[in-house]
Amino acid sequence: MSLQGVLPLNGFSGGERLAYRPDHLLVASMVERGSKVLDIGCGDGDLLQLLESRGIDGRGIELSREGVNHCVAKGLAVVQGDADTDLVDYPDDAFDYVILSQTLQATRRPKAVLENLLRIGRRAIVTFPNFGFWRLRLQLLVGGHMPRTDNLPFTWYDTPNIHFCTIKDFVQLCDEIGVKMERAVALDSYGRPLRVAMPWWFWNMFGEQGVFLLTRGERR
Amino acid sequence: MTGLTPKPTSALRTVAPEERSHEVDHPSSLVAQFDATRPLKLDCGIDLAPFQIAYQTYGELNADKSNAVLICHALTGDQHVANRHPVTGKPGWWETLVGPGRPLDPARYFIICSNVIGGCMGSTGPASLNPATGKVWGLDFPIITIPDMVRAQAMLIDHLGIDTLFAVVGGSMGGMQALQWTVAYPQRVFANLAIACATRHSAQNIAFHELGRQAVMADPEWDHGRYADKGTHPHRGLAVARMAAHITYLSDAALHRKFGRRMQDRDLPTFSFDADFQVESYLRYQGSSFVERFDANSYLYLTRAMDYFDIAADHDGALAAAFRGIKTRFCVVSFTSDWLFPTSESRALVHALNASSARVSFAEIETDKGHDAFLLDVPEFFDIASAFLDSAGKARGLKAPKGS
Repeated sequence: MSLQGVLPLNGFSGGERLAYRPDHLLVASMVERGSKVLDIGCGDGDLLQLLESRGIDGRGIELSREGVNHCVAKGLAVVQGDADTDLVDYPDDAFDYVILSQTLQATRRPKAVLENLLRIGRRAIVTFPNFGFWRLRLQLLVGGHMPRTDNLPFTWYDTPNIHFCTIKDFVQLCDEIGVKMERAVALDSYGRPLRVAMPWWFWNMFGEQGVFLLTRGERR
Repeated sequence: MTGLTPKPTSALRTVAPEERSHEVDHPSSLVAQFDATRPLKLDCGIDLAPFQIAYQTYGELNADKSNAVLICHALTGDQHVANRHPVTGKPGWWETLVGPGRPLDPARYFIICSNVIGGCMGSTGPASLNPATGKVWGLDFPIITIPDMVRAQAMLIDHLGIDTLFAVVGGSMGGMQALQWTVAYPQRVFANLAIACATRHSAQNIAFHELGRQAVMADPEWDHGRYADKGTHPHRGLAVARMAAHITYLSDAALHRKFGRRMQDRDLPTFSFDADFQVESYLRYQGSSFVERFDANSYLYLTRAMDYFDIAADHDGALAAAFRGIKTRFCVVSFTSDWLFPTSESRALVHALNASSARVSFAEIETDKGHDAFLLDVPEFFDIASAFLDSAGKARGLKAPKGS
């Protein structure tokens, strides 16, 4: 399969397009209305709020108390917790979708987390920074130092991101644990989908983020 | 009443017992009387009648009766949430949370707090007069449970003409009652703020309670619970029980911060068993001030009620089953240094609520103040309480208080 080039960001009002991050709009477009969603690492609850405004029953997990506070103030149902340790406590099939947005690379056991996502939810939506992005490659190749960008501003010694991967790596992991990719999208530096149909290596080079809609594969 | 007469020999006593017993039968707060036609059906199988519930209210009930908040008090609390205490003269026990500009503002909510059944501040309990004998109930009073307390509160809420509570709020034993409210009357609770509590009492907590009860019972003045007949009170035993319990409400860090190894009004040890250390002096004060306002038998009954509490056991061992299909919004709060009701207990509750698809928020507040943190000035806790109540209020269509 190849990555999808054209993305339906239609279905959103002008106000929504202004108020929400493009990657959040993209994720929201993947979720069917009326479904039940768990957003892991929900931050200040922006995505959850967008989902709830679209008639989706959303729940969140967030590590930071400040984030939980913001979410609760918005009337969202958010639990302080850790993706690495707390997902095991959620029952099978509890959600229609489980979203892991920009968090996979910060977990201690990404593979276990991914497996849990598709145990708790019938589908999972995973977004992550692509470490194969050309700017990062260039910094390592030419600069000879660990890459830093506006979206990944941390130094190597204080970064929470301990398990970087490329889009290619992620696709391999999905194959390994028998997860089916329903949709895959690469985003540019502004979080906008790349709108050209291209082979994998292109996305792995020019996508700054990967967004994947996953379902359980045959082996499960 | 004649059952309690002053006993000037007790060094600990500073309040005349008539004054305390007056609050027991004739509280200075509001009272709801339930006659023989409206008995309280207790879990032990006994119908308690007649009985009375003493309560306080703050603020006004709005026209559509949608702004009522029930506060459930903890083990040694009472209905005097946000007014001067009639016995001790101290400010209300939860004025940090309840009051103008506070998360529970009487300008916005109609706030109700009742003394639990089995208590000693005006609701019927072991210190009350038994109408059948004309004497103080003592140990003849039936054993009560947390669900009994909640059943009595529900009768009070009916009496006030309120169908659905906007929120039930409580910490510690109050949190247990808040949870029981949603289990027993899921349709009648819109929002639930359960703080520093658990769905069951742990073995360690039962053990601490047993220690306290044995301290009371070891006091010769206790006299198998019949002390009221002789006009005495097992002050020493109850004070020891309170001192032991009080340690469990704090934390090692809080004790060190407050007292360290500092001496009390002296520079050198006295080489005696005087209260040389500040922490000793503090605990003795906690013990002696507690016995001025609390009945020893009531302490036995209420600790027992907490021991028996186990929501899962009432639902074939499955906690999630207790909350199945529930529409109430929950906010669960725990404190990092609370070792009496540790965060793990709150997490177990949150997992059960999640498993039963309930709408739940949860935050663990970083503090070294121990279990008592819910009663103290912890801004992070107020932030989350305000955020939760405000957003639930919006969902309920409540108007914001003036000036905010």
